[in-house]
Amino acid sequence: MSDPLLKVRGLKIGATVYPADAKPHSIEIVHGVDFDLAKGKVLGLIGESGAGKSTIGLSALGYGRGSVEITGGEVWVNGRDILKGGISGLRDLRGAEVTYVAQSAAASFNPAKKIMDQVVEASISQGKFTRAEAEDKARVLFAKLGLPDPDNIGSRYPHQVSGGQLQRCMTALALCPEPDLVIFDEPTTALDVTTQIDVLAAIKEAIRDTGVAAIYITHDLAVVAQVSDEIMVLKMGEMVEYGTVDQIINSPQEDYTKALVSVRSIEHEEKKPTAPILSAKNITARYKGTKFDVLHDVSVDISPGQTLAIVGESGSGKSTLARVITGLLPPKAGEIDFAGRKLTPDQPSRSIEDLRELQMIYQMADVAMNPRQTVGTIIGRPLEFYFGMKGEEKQKRIQELLDEIEMGEGFIDRYPAELSGGQKQRVCIARALAAKPKLIICDEVTSALDPLVADGILKLLLDLQKREDVAYLFITHDLATVRAIADSIAVMLQGKVVRYGTKSEVLSPPFDDYTDLLLSSVPEMKLGWLENVLATRKMESAGN
Amino acid sequence: MFKNIPISALIGLFFTGLYFFVAIFAPWIAPYGMAEAVGDVWEPSSSEHWLGTDSIGRDLLSRMIYGGRTTIFIATAATILSFTLGSVLGLTAAVIGGWVDQAISRFVDLIMSIPSLIFALVVLSVMPVTIPVLIIVMGLLDSTRVYRLSRAVAVDINVMDYVEAATLRGEGRKWIIFREILPNALSPLVAEMGLRFIFAVLFVSTLSFLGLGVQPPNADWGGIVKENKDGIVYGIPAALVPAFAIATLAISVNLVADWVLARTTSLKGGRD
Repeated sequence: MSDPLLKVRGLKIGATVYPADAKPHSIEIVHGVDFDLAKGKVLGLIGESGAGKSTIGLSALGYGRGSVEITGGEVWVNGRDILKGGISGLRDLRGAEVTYVAQSAAASFNPAKKIMDQVVEASISQGKFTRAEAEDKARVLFAKLGLPDPDNIGSRYPHQVSGGQLQRCMTALALCPEPDLVIFDEPTTALDVTTQIDVLAAIKEAIRDTGVAAIYITHDLAVVAQVSDEIMVLKMGEMVEYGTVDQIINSPQEDYTKALVSVRSIEHEEKKPTAPILSAKNITARYKGTKFDVLHDVSVDISPGQTLAIVGESGSGKSTLARVITGLLPPKAGEIDFAGRKLTPDQPSRSIEDLRELQMIYQMADVAMNPRQTVGTIIGRPLEFYFGMKGEEKQKRIQELLDEIEMGEGFIDRYPAELSGGQKQRVCIARALAAKPKLIICDEVTSALDPLVADGILKLLLDLQKREDVAYLFITHDLATVRAIADSIAVMLQGKVVRYGTKSEVLSPPFDDYTDLLLSSVPEMKLGWLENVLATRKMESAGN
Repeated sequence: MFKNIPISALIGLFFTGLYFFVAIFAPWIAPYGMAEAVGDVWEPSSSEHWLGTDSIGRDLLSRMIYGGRTTIFIATAATILSFTLGSVLGLTAAVIGGWVDQAISRFVDLIMSIPSLIFALVVLSVMPVTIPVLIIVMGLLDSTRVYRLSRAVAVDINVMDYVEAATLRGEGRKWIIFREILPNALSPLVAEMGLRFIFAVLFVSTLSFLGLGVQPPNADWGGIVKENKDGIVYGIPAALVPAFAIATLAISVNLVADWVLARTTSLKGGRD
């Protein structure tokens, strides 16, 4: 058997950390990883943030990001150890034999240069093709990746195409020099589900047609199952499990892999709607200084102790609705009833009681907490502010709240920077709970978290709902989350509610076109899901 | 809190401490009186006069010590005034926004469009030059710069979710400015404070050198340069002594400011 294209042996990677008030020192973040990758195969690297998946992926380019350094092991590409070739060896390798697709195309393209110039740059500077050849190749790739107007799209600037299109341009950029290996670093994570499926299909087809090998890095097992041949599960810089897609998805061996596979399997019995605690009627809103309405005639009700999920893509107006309800953006028309009272449109004129009973949890727990306040201050302030609690009584209640969010003792004096992502979100939940609210607005509260951590947060929210009888307005773009926790659902598109009802009504046919598209775009943890969806869509469009 | 102090900060702390100590206890430390003529003109350094004597035979070391007292006191007071005024106005403008922000900002722009030194010279030429007047003029002029910095920093912080969370909780402006924004704006302000203190030292020295600062027979470092500048022609280094003092004070204060900055940037309350 011939040598594999990529052979990694005993890879060790270290990073320098700079803790405040201590000398900088090195820590090891990848502890000896081995794998092979044959020509034309796709390896999926999966794990939570901090698992070392991007770091391992980049090592195939002989590159360490920031203060990261490859400290040991061997990386063989096409039969030579790239770590021994020095910088000139790496220069020949990068952009020619191995190329890279970054997570955020918007941040990775140079906004001042046209797309074509950037796509062909590596091919020309590596001397692989002349400019004319490279541009021809790029146009073929644009067409293959399903970009509109492939002959002319290259003469646009990055800001003139959409996010999904730019991500495909980046794939063309990586494939243009005809590399042997492409590293895809979370290429679809920043995209909406309906865009993600197109990009995913384009990438998969391009990989198949060009016969290139690929490393596909992601935290979403369902996505990686669609494109890879083999999957390596990583945790804390160590390999947990390594096998074919079929084996990992259908018969995982390790507990950690099993947990990843069964993520989002929370069952939630939907409740019957009752007299609403909050009812938004015919809300129309626009931002100051703009000329179009972000929300058109939106009406939703939330029953006490239940969850209304608002689903939609970015730009559909979900978060704007939350701003209108909290009074941060007074609506142009429409009104809101809350707990039997009429809410005034702007926040400063609302009573303390209204403010207390309507709390909010944010997407980024990092910036939702003052980094200079301890957990005790963050949770204690609402107690002090709304209930006038002080001293012993306040401390006791803070600890009770910490127990409720399953964090226990020892956290009161910590600063947010000393908490993990999941713990931060829990503290934010405790801060909202401290006010004894009737309704909590949850704005994408799990989207910034790893799947297992997000699951924990969702379970906690459901538990708290049972105990405290609090209602949630749950804003998300993730339908799996919606299935797990909603009682009723409103689907939003371009500022309008296109489908609204109880969970079972909204999620069962007949569907309107948009809901159908949205539902069928959510990756499922099944082999061949992508092909099935695309085949069904093709049939439908042929039938029309 | 004082373990793990880097060596540069220790040096800075030592010299800054030394200068402030000497300034505070000047009457007990200075070997001669401030305005006492005790020797010949421009005597070289000797065991009686460590730094020699000045242009009219006063002990230079004593002049330096009393001068440091005046210079450091004026600079400190002016810095405190400019920081209190500038940051309170800056944070308030950022939080309130709208026309209040516009009004204060444009007024500050107006003041800043006139070179500070010329502005100060004009004001001081029509006002009685006393130490409180000096402090107020310098403090007000410097506060425009502090205002710009603190407003810029606060505008960024004001859009953070935690400020929105506090607003939604119903917190008043006072809490938002002093509890949510100020602690997070402190790092750049502290760094700026070290720099502004030194600019204040230079500013008061410049004014004295031009004759509109501290009035004789009171000493200050700028004044000592002025009194002894003619000696440079004859190779007498008396004018360089206050210049050297200004330079070392500038460096040591900034070493301390750097260290304080590194500490306050830590988001773990300075713990390991």
